[in-house]
Amino acid sequence: MTDALARLGRFSLDWLRALGHSAFFFVELLRFSPAALRRFHLVLAQVNAIGNRSLVIIAASGLAVGFVLALQMYYALVTYGAAESLGLIVNLALVRELGPVVTALLFAGRAGTSLTAEIGLMKAGEQLAAMELMAIDPRARVLAPRFIGGIVSMPILALIFSTVGILGAYVVAVLLIGVDAGNFWSIMQDRVDVWRDLGNGIVKSAVFGVICTFVALYQGYESEATPEGVAHATTRTVVIASLGVLGMDFILTALMFSTP
Amino acid sequence: MSTRRTETLVGLFVLLGLAALFFLALKAANLGNFNTEATYPIAARFDNIGGLKVRAPVRSAGVTVGRVTAITLDPKTFQGVVSMDIRQGFRFPKDSSAKILTAGLLGDQYVGLEPGAEEANLAAGAIITQTQSALVLENLIGQMLFNRAAEAGSTDGGTK
Repeated sequence: MTDALARLGRFSLDWLRALGHSAFFFVELLRFSPAALRRFHLVLAQVNAIGNRSLVIIAASGLAVGFVLALQMYYALVTYGAAESLGLIVNLALVRELGPVVTALLFAGRAGTSLTAEIGLMKAGEQLAAMELMAIDPRARVLAPRFIGGIVSMPILALIFSTVGILGAYVVAVLLIGVDAGNFWSIMQDRVDVWRDLGNGIVKSAVFGVICTFVALYQGYESEATPEGVAHATTRTVVIASLGVLGMDFILTALMFSTP
Repeated sequence: MSTRRTETLVGLFVLLGLAALFFLALKAANLGNFNTEATYPIAARFDNIGGLKVRAPVRSAGVTVGRVTAITLDPKTFQGVVSMDIRQGFRFPKDSSAKILTAGLLGDQYVGLEPGAEEANLAAGAIITQTQSALVLENLIGQMLFNRAAEAGSTDGGTK
């Protein structure tokens, strides 16, 4: 009985300690970010590694989501004679929700894991320790540029995802099914608001960028310096970042779109 | 990889993002509709505005001539005051009337302007008082039931 109590207590304390630890880590990252911005070529290299190399999978997923959404929505809407609203529904779904969320999930899988593995292996190979010996703070030299690179890349990737998705929906709806092209665009333009829908979508994706990149860096930096440790850290990155994104998405949606 | 190549690739990436943003804002959202054209404000008083919303279109003969900018309640008369911005090119006679109409059976509500016959035009800031309120379904049904009951009552009275 007391054993169970002690276990529960230890679990809670560990959890709290990890939470506090990561909070301090986050503040440190923010503190080193301005210095990283001054060494801009480091940030550029990270935007290239994180953003550019995720482009293909983001664009391909966006296209697939656009295709499928258009098809499914067409079957549902054509019964009510509202097939022209298809563009609007696909647009709102992508710009408000699917663009930021699916991009963030893919980002956690594609870029987050590589960040964690890279930093975990740097730690295992004692490269981070070597930097510290040379009086270089690895958080400023290695982590902060990656942090900024991730935050910059995510909204751009989400925008590209939504755009490709809408173009995919256009291909399926207008070119293949034969929905009227004029109505497809004009209903969209009539009902989608730049600030409310597109603007909030961009804010969402920026927040998701912070979550995904931060989780990936934290897991990499705090990973055990063994092959299993890095493997576990990589797994945890995907799980925690994905859950964080989904939970945060609900909160942000409730805050942003609560009033009609 | 050389710095130059990285910079070019990142530049391309950012450019692609900007292109996506412009596409979404201009082609797939309402930024393209924001007319930079000059407008003048008018207002109209309604007994009931129904489900009219801010930014709803103002139409005359079905053509969009402006947008609703604000909806408030007049605390003295308890009427809904709908402020609208009308495009400068469209001038309406002073005795024009306003209605709240619905696009289709279930569509959005909009303000319809019916031009009058007077020579002088509505000035900026003018208030239209000749208005027709939105159709509220509950009132309509209530009226119908009332009429039915009245009819039934009168025929009953006739047979006695």
